Amino acid sequence: MQNWMEWAVAFFLLLGGSFVLIGSIGLTRMPDFFMRLHGPTKATTLGMGGILLGSIFYFSLQQSLSVHELLITIFLLITAPISAHMLIKTALHHQLQAIERTRGERELKQGQQEGSPAQHHAMPDKNES
Amino acid sequence: MRVTPRFSWLPTPYRSMLLLLVWLLLNQSIEVFHLFFGTILALIIPWISAKFRDPQPLIERPLLALRYILRVFGDIITANAQVAVLILGPQRRLNPAFVRMPLDLQHDLPITILASTVSMTPGTVSADVYPCHDTQPDGGEITQRWLLIHVLNLEDEAELIATIKDRYETPLKEIFQC
Repeated sequence: MQNWMEWAVAFFLLLGGSFVLIGSIGLTRMPDFFMRLHGPTKATTLGMGGILLGSIFYFSLQQSLSVHELLITIFLLITAPISAHMLIKTALHHQLQAIERTRGERELKQGQQEGSPAQHHAMPDKNES
Repeated sequence: MRVTPRFSWLPTPYRSMLLLLVWLLLNQSIEVFHLFFGTILALIIPWISAKFRDPQPLIERPLLALRYILRVFGDIITANAQVAVLILGPQRRLNPAFVRMPLDLQHDLPITILASTVSMTPGTVSADVYPCHDTQPDGGEITQRWLLIHVLNLEDEAELIATIKDRYETPLKEIFQC
């Protein structure tokens, strides 16, 4: 393998690795659930993209052209926002508290009432029981 | 807005192309056999599954859609850089907020794409779309739907909504012509 290609592979691996690391740091460091979500949904996608680019370069030079990794990137891009959406929707459904300085609590409450009136029927009020 | 496809034997031409591409990527070859078999699969799968889908608006402007994809790719990269800076910077300066944005789009597919885009781009995660179709008490038509967004660091609410509207929602409206 040529020298400059090794550099390219190393560069993409390091770039991807550091973004995944930053995403994980965000997951532990942020104060509440909603803010925690931001790290994994964004930093991790670019991080995975970097690692997969490194993999494409490496295996294309080792053997024949390898483009499997593009599929992983596509599916990751399609599924990451969906899983984030499901997580945050679940958090809203469970009425998880955001940290105090979060603005727009009013919208949050309205979202819960207008968005899912069915939950009042499904789950009886805790105070009543 | 067009809901019914141009040819009944090819309900979703762009999805068929995507399927063929995925098949070729999986096999990592463009031999005649794989091209042939992939084309058959790309024609048969959408044709069989067309009955299971709710009718959704079709893509009218493929070139605009391509430009939209490239723009979102670019934004993902800037989003990553921005969020990385926010995560590593001091937390006390962050202003998390919930923002709700009125949607001009009305159909599920464009709204899904918009919500996913919002989740992938700088500092925002889409949290909810409401009101939802099946929770309408009288089953009436919904006139206005809202997108609830969680923002990691809110600076100006009106500006954020305006940015999302003309950067993502307007192109989507043009792509689907709705």
